[in-house]
Amino acid sequence: MQRVFMPVAAIAALALVTTGANAQDKLKIGLVATLSGPPAVLGQQMRNGFELAVKHLGGKLGGREVEVIVQDDGLKPDVAVSKAKALVERDKVDFVVGPIFSNILQAIFKPVTGAGVILISPNAGTSNFAGKQCNPNFFVTSYQNDQAFGVPGQYAQDAGIKSMFLIAPNYQAGRDAVAGVKSFYKGKIVGEDFVPLGQLDYSAELSKIAATKPDAIYVFLPGGMGINFVKQFRQAGLADKVKFLSSFTVDESTLPAQRDAALGFLGGANWAPDLDNPQNKKFVADYVKAYHAVPATYAFQAYDAALLIDGALKLTKGSTADKKALQAALKKANFVSLRGSFKFNNNQYPIQDFYMTKVVKTADGMYETAIFKKVFSNYGDTYAKDCPMK
Amino acid sequence: MMFVAFALFPIAATFGAEAYLIDLFRRIMIFAIAALALDLLVGYGALVSFGHAAFIGIGAYAVGILAASNVSDMIISLPLAIGAAALFAYLTGTICLRTRGVYFIMITLAFGQMAYFFAGSLAPYGGDDGLTLAMRSTLLGFAPFKHDLLFYYIVLGCLVGCYWLCRALVISRFGRVFRGARENPTRMAALGFDVFRYQLTAYTISGALGGLAGFLLANATDFVSPAYMSWHRSGELIVMIILGGIGNLNGAIVGTVAFLLLGEWLSDLTENWEMIFGPLLVVIILLARGGLLGLAAQMAAWYRRENILSVGDFIAAVGRYLRQLARRTIKSTLQTSRSRSRG
Amino acid sequence: MFTYLFIVQTLNGLQFGVLLFLIAAGLTLVFGVMNFINLAHGVQYMLGAYLAVMFYAMTGSMLLALVFALLASLAVGLFLEFVIFRHLYDRDHLDQVIATFGIILFLDQAVKYVWGAAPLSLPIPDMFSGSVVLMPGLIYPIWRLVIIGSGIAVALLLYVLVSRTRFGMLVRAGANNAPMVSALGVNIRRLFMIVFGFGTMLAGFAGIMIAPILSVQPGMGDTILILAFVVIVIGGIGSIRGTFIAALLIGLADTLGRSFAVDFLRLFMAPSPAQVVGPAIASMLIYLMMALVLYFRPTGLFPPKGR
Repeated sequence: MQRVFMPVAAIAALALVTTGANAQDKLKIGLVATLSGPPAVLGQQMRNGFELAVKHLGGKLGGREVEVIVQDDGLKPDVAVSKAKALVERDKVDFVVGPIFSNILQAIFKPVTGAGVILISPNAGTSNFAGKQCNPNFFVTSYQNDQAFGVPGQYAQDAGIKSMFLIAPNYQAGRDAVAGVKSFYKGKIVGEDFVPLGQLDYSAELSKIAATKPDAIYVFLPGGMGINFVKQFRQAGLADKVKFLSSFTVDESTLPAQRDAALGFLGGANWAPDLDNPQNKKFVADYVKAYHAVPATYAFQAYDAALLIDGALKLTKGSTADKKALQAALKKANFVSLRGSFKFNNNQYPIQDFYMTKVVKTADGMYETAIFKKVFSNYGDTYAKDCPMK
Repeated sequence: MMFVAFALFPIAATFGAEAYLIDLFRRIMIFAIAALALDLLVGYGALVSFGHAAFIGIGAYAVGILAASNVSDMIISLPLAIGAAALFAYLTGTICLRTRGVYFIMITLAFGQMAYFFAGSLAPYGGDDGLTLAMRSTLLGFAPFKHDLLFYYIVLGCLVGCYWLCRALVISRFGRVFRGARENPTRMAALGFDVFRYQLTAYTISGALGGLAGFLLANATDFVSPAYMSWHRSGELIVMIILGGIGNLNGAIVGTVAFLLLGEWLSDLTENWEMIFGPLLVVIILLARGGLLGLAAQMAAWYRRENILSVGDFIAAVGRYLRQLARRTIKSTLQTSRSRSRG
Repeated sequence: MFTYLFIVQTLNGLQFGVLLFLIAAGLTLVFGVMNFINLAHGVQYMLGAYLAVMFYAMTGSMLLALVFALLASLAVGLFLEFVIFRHLYDRDHLDQVIATFGIILFLDQAVKYVWGAAPLSLPIPDMFSGSVVLMPGLIYPIWRLVIIGSGIAVALLLYVLVSRTRFGMLVRAGANNAPMVSALGVNIRRLFMIVFGFGTMLAGFAGIMIAPILSVQPGMGDTILILAFVVIVIGGIGSIRGTFIAALLIGLADTLGRSFAVDFLRLFMAPSPAQVVGPAIASMLIYLMMALVLYFRPTGLFPPKGR
């Protein structure tokens, strides 16, 4: 009985072996994104954004034909490690772009950067890799998480909001969010609620908010949590009385489900679809045409990651052989970002502008965020000083 | 035979310079160890544990937490990983084994979930985000896990060792009592055996092997995460062993290889691979009793029965089989309206 | 403040419990009567929600969407029964597990393929939108009260159906001893089909009712399926009464635990460790409860007699 299965395993192994051989001259880029499970929509945005950039650049980055290999991490760290190793060792990619979630970043960081391959994160920007553990092979085109959390805090301070109620999930990023807001906002904080990760029902918190009557609330509830909170906040009739400030809670990935319930709500971001430059307009229009959805930050940051690679390869004349030269070229950020002003800090996280955005309904009935007010200009993160890189 | 295939595999793989495949098969073998441990319970004792991922996670966290406190020698971490998992198995086993059947499935799930949430609340060790291993385990100053190929053969050695251990257990006197308790616990008790103690011992051994798998997994991925303990993982392990064919240690290994390779291969083909994978599982179960091994045995018997010598014979036989199958299916579907007293 | 919060959370707990009951009732019937483990029950809940969103988009009427979505869930359930499940009734439990697991994989992905990965939502029907003031200072969304009400109505209906009708008698008999029922000349296959279709419809109904509150997304049925299993195991498999009580118990324990665990722990320990330990305990609470119940009553609170 054992004998029957040997050939099957051998054939399967052979099938895997043979997929390796391909043309050498192509530039290979591996994409690690979460494409299954509930957060799949974020991974799709990322993949679409990257592929759109490659299409806009005529299928070439830095003058070289590009082959993009997409891998689904399934939000499982050990699977992600396997897939990342597959990209590095089987496919011999020159760059890995990804992932969406910070726990996946923690898992694939060592296998990718340790193998001398460039890792570009178009979303996850954890503090540990911004400080002491910064790495010459690691670049971030999004933000350091704390930067984004500071934006609503600074805005609330500037706008003279007298009292605030803070709500976030009880895990590391949630605590970072609340700390980030507090470090800029000096007004009165009337309540602070840490809800369990994945909580779907917010009527208890809403009752508390109604009772404490704050000028504004600050909300950090990403994904499905935010969808539910926004709907229930509107249903409870609080939307007209309390100003809604947030991070990663109302964006283009959640708005299709929040719709009218989120109209007028504010969020802190480094970009919005209506940002006024010709390149961004083309990106948004083409994205909507190709994928029938408004791009969110996940898509634009992945688009920028492709531009970043393109710009660096133009400097190295398409060569990826000399890693030192490639790192230096990437660090120059030789491209025009969709967000306008962009350069890398010494820790290779971005220095950029941040805005408050507001949810609006477009003429053709779609929902998106629009720039409301610039809050920070050329803003870097606070961990960069711990990073030994120059 | 299977082990020879595993042993020869890296040589074949090096021709394609596929270090990645070494990694993939290493992971498959690690899960095969966990699957063997589970099959020991499910296949031979009818104790379906839906919390087995917890043992993997405990083993992995033992490595991760020790590494975070700068202890990476496996002289300490390996016994601790296995010991902690075994202890957890022993303690929960004394409670779980009071129940039977589906209740047992659910109570093991309960403990698995508790371990999962506990790991997620370990803020100093990464909480939900998990923990990157600063360095892999060492042995008295040597670093046997540093070389991928050496690591591969160590895992293979562990797998062979576990297989041998489980096999020895199953055919021993202990195993006969344990299997007997699956068929009829009352009779075994009447014969004077303390069934509970036998089952608890098996459960503890199974947990210890899970801990070993966790120890290896942490080192293979350089990472430890609560996700290793989620009930999805426990469920996947159950699916692996049923897919291979339970109550046969080879089945556990075949099932693991098939499940993980098929998933890997299909997900390379298409993003919607689960739309193919799901129905495939259903078809395998509907066609075969006893999983893939059962299917293989049925196929072999069918080959002999139909006397297939050439491709033409094969096609003709498949045609006959499909006709029969269609007839049977139609008949059984129509039974609803006709039969009056069939259960 | 605390009293209001407690009342609101108790109502939320009830609403969650009722939702769990709607899902678990079908599961326990199918399990109890047919001895069939149907892991695909959770995806039928998800499908109900998606179908409601689709029919609402097509008709623009919540009532029509409800009716069509119920009928469509029933049709899907019967189709699955006809094509696949029927061939699994006399198979081993583990074979049922893996086959229905395959169906979960397929439907989760199929839903994403058809409706996209982005979460969808369903508006609250105008009639029931907004909140009511239950007491001065205590406002509560009407739709949640509707869910509680309809869940209790279904529970009553089931109670009458199971304890007062011939069909119910057969179901109870089937839960105790299915081969005997069939030996007495009852068309057991047809009974199975009716029970199965009914269970599916209840799961679909739960999905439809919750869609206006929660986001509708792929995989939404998987976690709730596990909770439903917890409920039926605590209640005792096959017992509608046990399921109802266990569902409310789990709903209340989970909701109250989540909101008060931290405050409760602060009575005994410093705030910062309480902030860390509290949520972990709250998440474990229902599993702790299940382990305790099964420790003292290894076949649940209300095991059907004769087993």
